[in-house]
Amino acid sequence: MAKLRYAEALNIALREEMTRDPSVFLFGEDIGTYGGVFKVSKGLLEEFGDQRVRDTPISEQALTAMAVSAAMTGTRPVLEIMYADFLPLSLDALVNQASIYEYIWKEKVQMPFVLRTQGGGGAGAGAQHSKALDVLVAHIPGLQVVAPVTPADARGLLKAAIRDPRPVIFLEHKLLYNMRGEVDLDSEGLVEIGKARTVQPGTDVSIFATSKMVIDAEKAAELLAKDGISAEVIDLRSLRPLDLGAIKASIAKTNHAVVVNEGWRFCGYAAELSATIMDHAFDELDAPVERVTLPDMPIPYSETLEASVLPNAEKIAAAAKKTLA
Amino acid sequence: MKNAPSIDDQVEMYRKMIACRRVEEAFGTLSKEGRTRGPIHRCDGQEAVGIGATAMLTDEDYITSTHRGHAHYIGKGVDIYGISAEILGRKTGLCGGRAGHMLIADPAKGMIGGNAIVGAGIPAATGMALSNQILKNGRVAMTLFGDGSSQTGIWHESMNMAALWKLPVVFVLEHNEYGLTVHSDRQGSTKDISERAASYGIPTEIVDGNDALAVYRAVSTMVERARRGEGPGFVECKTYRWEGFSTSDMGGYQDPEVIAEWKKRDPIKIAYDQLVGEVGAEKLDQIERDTSADVRDAIERALADPLPEFEICNYTAPYSGEVH
Repeated sequence: MAKLRYAEALNIALREEMTRDPSVFLFGEDIGTYGGVFKVSKGLLEEFGDQRVRDTPISEQALTAMAVSAAMTGTRPVLEIMYADFLPLSLDALVNQASIYEYIWKEKVQMPFVLRTQGGGGAGAGAQHSKALDVLVAHIPGLQVVAPVTPADARGLLKAAIRDPRPVIFLEHKLLYNMRGEVDLDSEGLVEIGKARTVQPGTDVSIFATSKMVIDAEKAAELLAKDGISAEVIDLRSLRPLDLGAIKASIAKTNHAVVVNEGWRFCGYAAELSATIMDHAFDELDAPVERVTLPDMPIPYSETLEASVLPNAEKIAAAAKKTLA
Repeated sequence: MKNAPSIDDQVEMYRKMIACRRVEEAFGTLSKEGRTRGPIHRCDGQEAVGIGATAMLTDEDYITSTHRGHAHYIGKGVDIYGISAEILGRKTGLCGGRAGHMLIADPAKGMIGGNAIVGAGIPAATGMALSNQILKNGRVAMTLFGDGSSQTGIWHESMNMAALWKLPVVFVLEHNEYGLTVHSDRQGSTKDISERAASYGIPTEIVDGNDALAVYRAVSTMVERARRGEGPGFVECKTYRWEGFSTSDMGGYQDPEVIAEWKKRDPIKIAYDQLVGEVGAEKLDQIERDTSADVRDAIERALADPLPEFEICNYTAPYSGEVH
């Protein structure tokens, strides 16, 4: 086992997949010479050359469309979009291109590309560089969306995403890159897309989260434990497809649910989780589902202001207590 | 003559242009009769571009098309019965009735595919060319697009990257003067859109888009360059849209005199005049009769085919491990 940073685990996954499969290539802004603004592709240009590790102009719309069509014609592109806040520029290629072709062309094409991006607040990056826009991509049939929190899952899911025959949007979080965790480099470490992970078992309330929110949920569980409340923390890992079985199993045990997402509340990913639970586990619930989200407003810059809008352990613990009240 | 097609190739282009014209006319009629669904975007009078530009490509090369793609489909060798059945939403259509007339693809023929988001085929072909370059497979990607799509941002992003990375992509502008109802003079700041491509360092040529031979020669020069790894080329084909934007267009904004002038320069007539000395009127007339009959038969067969039965798509389901 190695104790690796999240960014290192991603870097290893890219190197492993590029070594294994010569059709895998990376492109995106600042990913080559500089190694990526979060250093995820560090050293890969030197190792694999500028055909397969390509610095690009700032052209997200065309780049995303190119990832889709390159994937349709024999390569496996991994495109880095530097901030999730730039995903709106990618949306035509995702909504009107990538998501439709396998179906409308009667399964005669597939598009094995990965779009890596990172979102989320807490770094003082302001309203255009701090958002978690998970729902923009998770909404779209034909896309898969994953958001790992541990370095081991980051490596395992990125490898699985690159090998997957269909598009995968790979959501990272800027506050995770320097976090460390155990990674077993002696194993392939593949993580199946669409499988949740029980972070800690509990009996009183289930907390469902992804990405950095899992860490906040774990802290919330510690706070709740001090009050004698046993919280089960589930890291969904995959936003689409969603591990409905794991959600139902957990709620069957705890009869209470808190859903956490760093995006906006209205029409947000947490709203979908809540509705999914209503649809599929209503009979198991003893209380309404509680949502912990960003309020419906832009993310402000200043430390005190930003901290006020972001979900955190205290807000999650309060939501858990509310559903148990 | 350099980059001239053989007489056989020219005859084949002539045959395909007639086939395409018959398809356009037939679907115009079927649409009026209420026997088609949704709008149909006819390319009567523009056939020389799609057919001339694709005649030198192989099935291994890729093209991306538009919402007005029938000549591109036929040029790339896609089966007319399959196209017709798809336009009619039949089970036997190339895409099983899932795509419709604007979005047809035939990956086996390298035609991927129709695209009704104006401009979206341009970065798509550029991405295919990127794939070709990385795989070093010697294939060329071509995108056929209009003057309307030349006003999009992705047009410029694509030109820049294609030139920057010397991608094997050929840009074929089918300039038919209209982006929906608005004339190109009122959409763009340059008369010749290829000037913009030239500003990215891309070699350009302007040709008579109603002359399939001229289109073929200009495009094949660019295709050969691209195949040699020398980068993209851009051919601006000047043509004109005879029919409206689509079968749902109420019209009234195109000058009938201008349309009449362009109809005098029918690309099929131009091709006929170029060939008649070589192959004789009798053979060309026979080709016209045979091709017209083939298209009529294909459409009649397609009309008799069943509609598809609905099946839910499981691989787009939101939950893992179980279906909708």
